[in-house]
Amino acid sequence: MKANYGYMDGSGEYFITIDTDLCIDCDHHGCVDACPEKLFEIITDDYDDEVSAIKEDHRKKIKYDCAACKPAGDRPPLPCAEACTPGAITHSW
Amino acid sequence: MITAGIDMGAKIIKVLLIKDGEVLVKTQEVAGFEPLEAAEKAFDNAVSQAGVTREDIKYIFATGAGRSAVPFANDTITEVSASAKGVLFSHPSVRTVIEVGAEEGRAVKCDENGKVQDFAINEKCAAGAGSFTEAMSRALEVPLEEFGKISLTSEKSIPMNAQCAVFAESEVVSLVHAKTPKADIAKAVHDAIASRIVSMVRRVGINKDVALVGGVSRNPGFVDSLNRGLEVEVIVPKDAEYVGALGAALVAGERGKK
Amino acid sequence: MTEVKVKEFWRWKEYNWHDENKDWKGAETITAGVDVGSVSSQVVIMVDGELYAYSNMRTGSDSPDSARNAMNWALEDTGMALDDIHYIVGTGYGRVNVPFANRAITEIACHARGGNYMYGPSVRTILDMGGQDCKAIRCDERGKVTNFLMNDKCAAGTGRGMEVFADLLAVSIEDVGDLSLDVEEEPEPVSSTCVVFAKSEATSLLREGWSKKKVLAAYCSAMAHRVVSLLDRIGVEEDFAITGGIAKNSGVIKRLEGELKINSLKSKHDTQIAGALGGALFAKSLAEKQRKKGA
Repeated sequence: MKANYGYMDGSGEYFITIDTDLCIDCDHHGCVDACPEKLFEIITDDYDDEVSAIKEDHRKKIKYDCAACKPAGDRPPLPCAEACTPGAITHSW
Repeated sequence: MITAGIDMGAKIIKVLLIKDGEVLVKTQEVAGFEPLEAAEKAFDNAVSQAGVTREDIKYIFATGAGRSAVPFANDTITEVSASAKGVLFSHPSVRTVIEVGAEEGRAVKCDENGKVQDFAINEKCAAGAGSFTEAMSRALEVPLEEFGKISLTSEKSIPMNAQCAVFAESEVVSLVHAKTPKADIAKAVHDAIASRIVSMVRRVGINKDVALVGGVSRNPGFVDSLNRGLEVEVIVPKDAEYVGALGAALVAGERGKK
Repeated sequence: MTEVKVKEFWRWKEYNWHDENKDWKGAETITAGVDVGSVSSQVVIMVDGELYAYSNMRTGSDSPDSARNAMNWALEDTGMALDDIHYIVGTGYGRVNVPFANRAITEIACHARGGNYMYGPSVRTILDMGGQDCKAIRCDERGKVTNFLMNDKCAAGTGRGMEVFADLLAVSIEDVGDLSLDVEEEPEPVSSTCVVFAKSEATSLLREGWSKKKVLAAYCSAMAHRVVSLLDRIGVEEDFAITGGIAKNSGVIKRLEGELKINSLKSKHDTQIAGALGGALFAKSLAEKQRKKGA
């Protein structure tokens, strides 16, 4: 399942996509510790799979929460995506 | 040499004339539904108040959202460049300019000459602009001027969940129904918008000194929330609403020297 | 003091229904789904996997009360009591605040499952346009979610955004769609996405002499366009279905179908109950699982 967390508003589209089919086999979930803003958590989803997700209270403001990792100038690699060895995490912006 | 800057803001149009680095006169008109007529009027008023004629003005530069629509302007510059230039004219130590207008928020990183190095913008969404505060003061039925002031009297921190101005309005109404003091709601609103502005500023870096311009700079409640969020005391230049027009007039002056 | 409005144009009708020809007393499994949304709440009761009763009400300020009221209304005149229901799933925005629910399941999973029942197993894309959010869901033939997004941060593209416009133009929310289609020529869509900015834009258009119908047409088409860009993120695969309150707004739906060049499936059921229906279906599987464990 591709879980898109985030939103679209007048200013743009801000989604973090977690491909749970890739995430499900991960044994370390490195994203949880890698994110400086602690946006990730491990949940048991509706189909009883243990996967990473963006915490609910951050889903409406990820543009702001992720701002520190996305400076206006040169952008370094994203810590969450780097820590995700199965390659399940992508950002839309 | 006399040059002019016209700031075609979404709500108010500002005109400023300078002569050899000295401000001659400043005028403004409400944009209304005929912004070009308003621009014409503000410009004529500026010219007559300065006691000069239109022919005396060497260059006219326009900036602001409607800058490309001014038929009598010689050239245009972006709001980002204009604000940085305008702010550094009176405050040369500034390296970060934050501008929050009715419909947009911007953060600009500049060098000692007011040259833009980086910038971040929030546009097309009321959540990160002055319209958010206006909508909330309406929902609370407190005039905007008072809304900023009462915010300072609150010592509570109530979180606001809604980001969107439309949803936040309903949240404010529920807080009113729950008998939350208006001052606490006002502070919650200012903290919420300030936190969004702060994360935008972080994208260009918080480099001292930091200046705040734009209509919201006159709202003491917002300024207080912003200072706490940035952990820096921001400078609010006198005549903050004219920095765009000033910047445009200064750049026009530089063009005249070439 | 808060001003008292003479008329609130965004109010819609509340209702309940049950199948009078069905006798539930000998049933093996009775389940319910309770969808407590931010604007409306629905309850669906299923008897042995078949739709038996439902209700649709406006959500009050308190989630548990809203859940209880919607449940009582669905049970009205059925002779059934809360205790007769074997398993209840709570869903929607207030799902964790349904006091009598056995489990909470997200509205995304429930909509996919409910959509699969309402429209049949060929449905692959479901768009739910709710009161305060907009969900785009892709699912497989069993109604399991394969790709989803939920936009609940921004009022554009939600029922609330449409209510703001209905109120601004003093038009009943139920009439918006038909009025917006009654224009000679399709106007340019409202250019601002943000509802706050779109409202000022609409005010200027009215001042320019635009009719209410024309402004509504411009807004419905802006909303349709906005939803299409949301759908682009997950991709639309047929069959395609639309649920939620805005599915009743022909002005948005016709324009949306036109832009996508796809017709949406129609259902004989009320589209607003999709989430609660999915909840009742999840409840059935869970009740059976529980029974197996117990046996």
